[in-house]
Amino acid sequence: MNDITSIAFLTSVLAAAIPAGTAILYACLGELLCERAGVLNLGVEGMMLMGALGGFAVAYHTEQAWLGAIAAFAVGGALASIHALLVVSLRANQVVSGLALTLFGSGLSAFLGRDLVGRPAPASFGKVAVPLLSDIPYLGSILFRQDALVYVSYGLVPLLWWFVFRTRPGLNLRALGENPATADAMGLNVAALRYGYVIAGGALAGVGGAAISLATNPGWSENMTAGRGWIAVALVIFGTWNPARAAFGAYLFGGVEAGQFRLQGAGVPISSFYLSMLPYLFTIAVLILASRETARRRIGAPAALGRPYVREERG
Amino acid sequence: MVETTGGEGDSRVEALRARLTRRDVIRGVAGTGIALSIAGFSRPGAHAQDASPTAGPPIKVAFVYVSPVGDLGWTWAHDQGRLALEQTLPNVETSYQESVPENPADAERVIRDFAQKGNQIVVTTSFGYMQPTINVAKDFPDTTFVHISGYMTAENVSTAFGKIEEPRYVSGLIAGKMTKSNQLGYVAAFPIPEVIRGINAFTLGVRKANPAATVKVVWTNTWFDPQKERQAADALLDGGADVITQHQDTAAPQQAAEARGAYGVGYDADMSPLAPKAVLTSPIWHWGVYYIDLVRQVQAGTWQSNQYWGGWKDGLVDLAPIAPMVPEDVRAMGETEAAKFRNGEQTIYTVFTGPLKDQSGEEKVPVGQAMTDEALLTMDWFVEGVEGDPTP
Repeated sequence: MNDITSIAFLTSVLAAAIPAGTAILYACLGELLCERAGVLNLGVEGMMLMGALGGFAVAYHTEQAWLGAIAAFAVGGALASIHALLVVSLRANQVVSGLALTLFGSGLSAFLGRDLVGRPAPASFGKVAVPLLSDIPYLGSILFRQDALVYVSYGLVPLLWWFVFRTRPGLNLRALGENPATADAMGLNVAALRYGYVIAGGALAGVGGAAISLATNPGWSENMTAGRGWIAVALVIFGTWNPARAAFGAYLFGGVEAGQFRLQGAGVPISSFYLSMLPYLFTIAVLILASRETARRRIGAPAALGRPYVREERG
Repeated sequence: MVETTGGEGDSRVEALRARLTRRDVIRGVAGTGIALSIAGFSRPGAHAQDASPTAGPPIKVAFVYVSPVGDLGWTWAHDQGRLALEQTLPNVETSYQESVPENPADAERVIRDFAQKGNQIVVTTSFGYMQPTINVAKDFPDTTFVHISGYMTAENVSTAFGKIEEPRYVSGLIAGKMTKSNQLGYVAAFPIPEVIRGINAFTLGVRKANPAATVKVVWTNTWFDPQKERQAADALLDGGADVITQHQDTAAPQQAAEARGAYGVGYDADMSPLAPKAVLTSPIWHWGVYYIDLVRQVQAGTWQSNQYWGGWKDGLVDLAPIAPMVPEDVRAMGETEAAKFRNGEQTIYTVFTGPLKDQSGEEKVPVGQAMTDEALLTMDWFVEGVEGDPTP
């Protein structure tokens, strides 16, 4: 186990990478939908926190983990609807609105969650081994001995990929982000669709929060997502607005996050400070690579991302 | 950040006061005096009399916290001390601010704000507030500042800390008896002397009870990130550890242990409610003992800047009740050892008495020699039996 070149070590890192990456993956998929529709949502961190709290609170009182996950979905969506109102209807600055919602979400969740801090979870998503599949050597223990929210995310990634790239509504979604005027001319209701995708994106961010508070670390504590929402925003760029690549990025990130402690435990002679930095260095590298305008074009950034759509106004 | 002000003087507080016996208060105050003479820190002894005036304006005490109070961890323990202060002393008004970042700008702003609001005493409860406390104290010479866990003092700034290593050592004795794999895990925040001392004290206890056992340390480089703490604990459990302890601000490592059917040792507060099947015991703090004494001294006008380092005998640190799953003989051993610390027969100095070897087997403290305060407060090496890097 402590031999870092052994298969057992690698298996253990990968098995830990999947749940660590799943919270980020949900938030990342949500942000991806939102940005594909042309709206930048920097409120992901706040929505994750509100989802983590809402999910835990409902699971705490009903003792039903699934009800908690549904509540997280609803709470994330509700917070995102404020963003939609501000940036779609009122055409507020998307960056400012998103930042405000992150501050609002982290403050409000801390305030509302005061009585829930440190309470043990009466219901949570435990690890469930999938019959047969979990017996596959190595792969089984990496992929199929996880919690239910991980399994849902396995389905969600191909589903969203198929939706975005292979369906008519998906084409419309991409049109919203590339050229809302054209979408409008095609007869699409730009405002209503953007509302829908922003809210759906926030709802997924909420589930991402619940993937922490109901699955990997059952319980609630203030600011428990600890910046993972921001990483999700960065990973959308890394994933070039593609659900499959975003999933790869989220798991890579999860692997770096969970792997640092295993490397330390194995006595790898690298400073733990460098290991702690790894996830963030990785994020910065991603952002630098994706920041140049030409690079953004080449990797397919939605052209109208961040711009409010006003009919009769030329882009 | 949420600011809350707790008032005093109503009938509720009177009722709560009545519940605390006078003996508790006297024991706490007297114990503090004894500890100081043992530790050799300079401080006038004129504080044992009850000098709290019941009339006149209330004395205002403010607390700066690094994390939320509800964490059942470090900040919770300080807040229990604040509540004990309100309940025990009449005419005290307390307030606090939670989750204050340790960066100079935020910390100074909050500390300055409390001083400007007329608090006679401002307590800053995290290491990172040290320089900000000193900076603000310069501008408020009539205000008393207390910085917890630091080493810088001034005319109006004291430092205070406790010998949590004493109960940590006893928790190590129990953990050493409970491990089956002879591999224990320690989720640790930052490689600073405070944390390193705790790891060493725990390991000395473990190895005393079970010379074959080792303690593996993983650094998280954060005080408060439950997800990381949990991942670190999971990594240790994957590596074969079957008892997990920690120096962090949440119970996530214990919860990770419980999820795997392993044992854990809590910290700061009795963490057994959060992981009832895992937590064997927890080294805990009773900050009220110190805060009550502090306010009495300021009220009596006898307070002077000092460096307080209280121990188990003073009542500042303690061990939470030992869990029912611990076998009777181990529990009896733990309680016997705890009693020796409570009566002063054992102290941090007896724990850190030679022969002590470092990880390479080189002798650091010769037979029969106790480590000095200075050597303890600057400790940057691991004792034999710790696996990990003290200077990562």
